[in-house]
Order: sequence, then structure tokens, then C-alpha cells
Amino acid sequence: MAVYELKHAKQAPLSERGIIAWIRHHLLSSPVNIFFTILSLWILYILIPPLLKWFILDANFSGQSKADCGGGGACWVFIREKLKLFVYGFYPSSELWRANLAIGLSALSVVLVALERTSRKLKIAIILLLPFVAGGLLSGGFFGLIHIDTSQWGGLLLTLVIALIGIVASFPIGLLLALGRQSKLPIIKTLSVFYIELIRGVPLITLLFMASVVLPLFFPEGVDFNKLIRALIGITLFQAAYVAENIRGGLQAISTGQYEAGSALGLTYWKQMRLVILPQAIKVAIPNLVGSFIALLMDTSLVMIIGLYDLLSTVNLASSDRDWLGMSTEGFVFVAIIYWILNFTMSRYSKRLEKKLDTNNRD
Amino acid sequence: MEGRHVSFLRNEKVRGILYQVITIVLFVLFIGYIAQNTAHNIEARGIKSGLGFLHTTAGFDITETPIHFDHNSTNWDVFKVGLFNTLIVSFWGIILTSLLGLIIGIARLSKNWIISHLASTYIEIFRNIPILLQILFWYNVVLAAMPSVRQSYSFFDSIFINQRGLFVPKPIFESGGWMIAAGFVAALVGGWLIHRYAKKRLEEEGKEFPVFLSTLALFLLLPLVAYFIAGKPLHFDYPALKGFNFRGGSTLSPEFLALLFALATYTAAYVAEAIRSGIEAVNKGQKEAATALGLTPMQSLKLVVLPQAVRISIPPIINQYLNLIKNSSLAAAIGYPELVTVFAGTSLNVTGQALEIIGITMLTYLTISLIVSLILNWFNKKMKIKER
Repeated sequence: MAVYELKHAKQAPLSERGIIAWIRHHLLSSPVNIFFTILSLWILYILIPPLLKWFILDANFSGQSKADCGGGGACWVFIREKLKLFVYGFYPSSELWRANLAIGLSALSVVLVALERTSRKLKIAIILLLPFVAGGLLSGGFFGLIHIDTSQWGGLLLTLVIALIGIVASFPIGLLLALGRQSKLPIIKTLSVFYIELIRGVPLITLLFMASVVLPLFFPEGVDFNKLIRALIGITLFQAAYVAENIRGGLQAISTGQYEAGSALGLTYWKQMRLVILPQAIKVAIPNLVGSFIALLMDTSLVMIIGLYDLLSTVNLASSDRDWLGMSTEGFVFVAIIYWILNFTMSRYSKRLEKKLDTNNRD
Repeated sequence: MEGRHVSFLRNEKVRGILYQVITIVLFVLFIGYIAQNTAHNIEARGIKSGLGFLHTTAGFDITETPIHFDHNSTNWDVFKVGLFNTLIVSFWGIILTSLLGLIIGIARLSKNWIISHLASTYIEIFRNIPILLQILFWYNVVLAAMPSVRQSYSFFDSIFINQRGLFVPKPIFESGGWMIAAGFVAALVGGWLIHRYAKKRLEEEGKEFPVFLSTLALFLLLPLVAYFIAGKPLHFDYPALKGFNFRGGSTLSPEFLALLFALATYTAAYVAEAIRSGIEAVNKGQKEAATALGLTPMQSLKLVVLPQAVRISIPPIINQYLNLIKNSSLAAAIGYPELVTVFAGTSLNVTGQALEIIGITMLTYLTISLIVSLILNWFNKKMKIKER
């Protein structure tokens, strides 16, 4: 009787496995592909070495003044020396702990709100309290804290203040507008649609101009807001329209059966919204809401045009210092990296959220 | 009686009317309050009101004026110059961003690993940095690093770039130049006819016609033929270095270039994403079916994938165009004389009539947005899948 031996399958040829196969399939599969591989390698060759040199190899990391910088690379000394201006603006040095505490509290709150385990009531309490606690801490004027005028706030601190207050203040207005737009009452619906489309049709900068030059005319003589409040009003009015559209998207995703079930239970309109519709609608809207909050964070840079010293405008401030002329490149790059990190983290978070919420819906 | 009273208020219709009446009363009171305060404040501050300022002399100069503007021009002329400049930068911005977005979007989908990652790196970098920062970067860093006039970078001795901007040859049409324009129009009409014919032929006989190549040929040949028939009525005015600056040709200011490049590169990241998601949204089965029918990859892309992808991609792309137009208002930060810079900026500072000027500016942008959304609605209607 013949004895058959199990013959193991031969390994795939070298050209079809491992790194060689990967390169063949992904980079060299056709003449066109080879051409593009060479083209992109050439682009990388053009871009990477000079950038690497400028950023790290030829860059200057130590020293105290412009004189210590040379060799054609970036002068990171400038960033180190001006770091306080970039982060806090003109906030008094002796009171920086307050700014740090406010930023720390905000960061803690953001983490707590982003965590799933936190109960909804705690989240709402945090969101409502944070602007007052952080704002009070920064502004002072009580409990022996000296008052620090908002004109001294600046840099990353001011950017975060505007973004956080803009987000928190625009949400309830946007929610009401979204409900108004979906309402069966014609007048309320018309007013909501009118407001939302008006705001979405104009650039933010015209609203900021309006808030800074027209708004004071609307109030009785003697009532005057500082620049920061005006900018916040403009940004909040702007953001509310976008929040409203995001929530409307969520509302439209809820099946009519849910509305009917709510009515059948005898719930009033507000109870039906609060207990049945909104918890589902907002969940659907969250990824888009995070997206529009990212947009808001980027848009805060526009306040520089009406004369506030946010993160972006500190670049001009820092590089117009007579001892540091010609350093605006380093400033812009540094600030761009900060914005990029903030936005990239948020957009990754929103993508993760989207995936998670999506699977939940399918259950 | 008490019970009936309660049930009357509990009636949904009655409540609806009541809510609306309350809203209207509050709204009217609010508007009235604001109007009264505004009237009082305007009087107290001695600001003029009304639209009369549009006909008074502006009293300042504008650096870039596509239409006639001199020291006698009125604020209405300022508005027109501003609007023109907004439209000019938006027009070129949309063209540039479409080209760049298309290239990056296709590169993003490439099977070539390096290319697709280069493209996604581009998208992630440009999308996550504020557009205002990008405008300032182009203006203060990239264009400020250009050489002085005497050391200009030169291309073919006819295009020059330096600190003062980009100098390009300017076409000058002589009598008979209209024939070249007519050639373009004829090519446009011809292209449209070819497109219709090709579609009909494809539907009736199933045969393809090289639409793109034949249209391209029309666009190259017809104006060229017209050029020779009309006796070469076109020549170029080349910029040349005379004294301390270039004379002749057309000048594109650094402000214009910075705004244009920043808007185009920023928006291109979004356009690329829209193109990618459109193509990826086409069901995989569609491509497999096309392959099973024996279509080549090129045919399957052209006949099966793209027609479906376009329906999904175009609406977000049109929205991005609108965003580009609205973002052009950020020129206020670098001083390119578009609507917000000269009208809502300089004119406002000179006349002090904030309410009217901001109102007109907002209405202008609103009109533009409205036109764009009308185009979008028309497109959506046209592209809607016709269900039978």
C-alpha cells in the first residue's frame, strides 16, 4: 500500500509576499503607477530635506536673544521667550495661576463631558457652571482677587475663552431655533427660518463688524459692552444658526412613530421633546455638532480683525517687538501647530463618536 | 365654568395661537425698542442717516480698481469696486480650487500608497488650520520672501514675480478681436452639441464618442482659425523693467495673490474630500457589474461610476464655492480692496453710517448666497433619480 505523505503547500514566491509584494502591488503595478511613484518621491525629496533643516537641523533652540539665532534655520528661541504672550496675552504675571487654574478646570471639564461614564445631569451642570467659574476666576474683582480687565486677556487663553463661551451660549439658542424651524406654528417657523438663513448667508466677519459698530447703537446711551462681549455676541449669534441646522438634521432623522408615540402617551409638547425626541435627535446630531464646534474654534481667529488679541494676533504682536523683528514665520508656524493639534484631536474624537453611535443605532 | 376655562387654555389650537401672538408682541416690542434707541443714538452722536451717503464723494483712493475710480468717485462706486473685486477673486479662486481639488481628490483615491498618503496629508494639514492664518501666512511669509524688483524671478522673460506682485503679459485686442471671442463661443456651442449628440448615440446605438477630445480640439482650433482669418488681431503687452518698477502688462498685487492662493489651497482640501466621498459612495456592486459586463476600467469609471458620483459630489462642492466667496471677506486682514475691506471698512470709517453700510454689505452676501442655493436646487432637481 502506498504511503502518502502530506505535502505542505509551497510558500508563495518571494515576489508575492512580504515587503516586496507590497511594493510591487502598491507602488509599481503599472508604468503609470511607476511614474507617479517616482513623481511623488521627487516631491518628497524637494519638500522634506529643507523643511527638516529649517525645523530641526539648522534650528536654534538655545539662547536668549535674536543674536543667538543664525544658520538659516528656525529661531525657536523666539517662541520660548515669547511663550507667555502666546499663551496668556497681557495677563499680569503675578496672576498667571488664575489663568492656569481656569485652563486646567476647562480641560478637566472637557474630559469629564467627553467621557461616557459621566451622568447626563453632571455633564449639564458642568457645562452651565464652567463659563461662570472660569470667567469669574479670570476676571476677578471679588474674594480679594484683583480685577483684570478683559483687554488684558489674550493669546491661547482668549481663544479658548471665546470658543468655550461661544459653544455653551450658542447651544440653547440653536436648540430653540431648531425646534422653531420644525414647529407647526407658522409665525414661529417663519421667524426661525428667516434668522437661520440670514445668518448662514453672510460671512462671520460682517456679523463681527455689526456686533462691534452697530450693536452699541441698539442700546440706550450709557449701556456699553467691552470688545470681548461684543465679539462673543457676534460669534454666538453666528454659531447658533449652525447649531440649529445640526440639531434639525438630528430631528429629521427621528421617525414620526416616535412623535406619535409621545403624543399617544399624552405628553405635552415640551415633555415629548425633552423625554422622547431630543435625547435621540441630539445623539444623532453629535458628530455634526462637534464638526461645527471645530469650525467655531477656527473662526475665533477672526476676532483679530476687530482688535482683540487672540492666539493668531499675538503673532503680529510678538514679531513687531523691535528686538525680534522678522520672526513672524516662526510665530505663524507655532500658532498653526497649536490650532492643528486642537482641531485634529477634536475631529478624531468626533470620528470615533460617529462610529460608536452608528453601531448603537443598529442594535 | 372654571373647568371649561382650563380646557379652553389646554386646547392645542388656542395655545398655538396664543404662543404666536406672544411671540409677535415680544418681537415687535424688541424691534421697536431697538429702533427707538438707534434713532436716539444716531441723533445724539450727530451721525447722518439714510442712503444719501452713497452719492457723496468717497474721498479716498483704492489700489486695485477693475472699473473706473478716481478722487471724484462716490461711495456707491466704492461699493461697486468692492463687489467687483470680491467677484474677481472668487472667480479665479473657484477655478483654481476646482483644479487643485480634483487633482488631490483623485490622488487620494489612487492605489499608489505614497500618492494617496501625500494627498491625505495635504487634506489634514490644510483643513485643520484656520483660513485667516493661511491668508496671513501667504501674505506675510511666502510673498514677503519674494525678491526685490531688480532681482525678480523671471519665467521666459515675460512673467515676473517679486515683492510687488506678479507681472504677466496683457492681451491686447485690435479691431477684429471679437472674432477670437466668437471662436470661443462657437467652440462652447459646438461642445454642447457634441455632448448632446454623444449622449443620444450612446443611448440609441450604445456607441461611444470621444466627447472630451473633440471638444478640446474645438476649443483649440476655432479661436486659432479665427485668429488667422481676422488677420492676427491680438498681441501681448509684455511687462518690462523700466526704472524702479515694471511697466506694461498686467499686475497682480501681493494682496490679491495671497488671498487667491490661500482660498484656493484651503478650499481644495474640502473639494478633494467631497470628490473622494462621492466616488466612494458609489456601490461596489456597480463597479463589479461594470467589470462583469466587460467594460474596461476606464469605461467603467466614465460610464458607470462618475455619473453616479457627480450626483453626490457636486452639492457639497457648490457649498464649498459659496464658502470660498464668503471667506474672501477675510481680505480685510491684508487689505485687498474687496467689499468688506473698502466698503464695510474704509467707507464706514469715513461716513460713520454703520447701520446702512453693514446692512447693505450683509444684503449683498445674502443675495450671492441665495443665487448659489438657487443653482444648487436647480442642480439637485435635474440630477434627482427619476423613479418610474
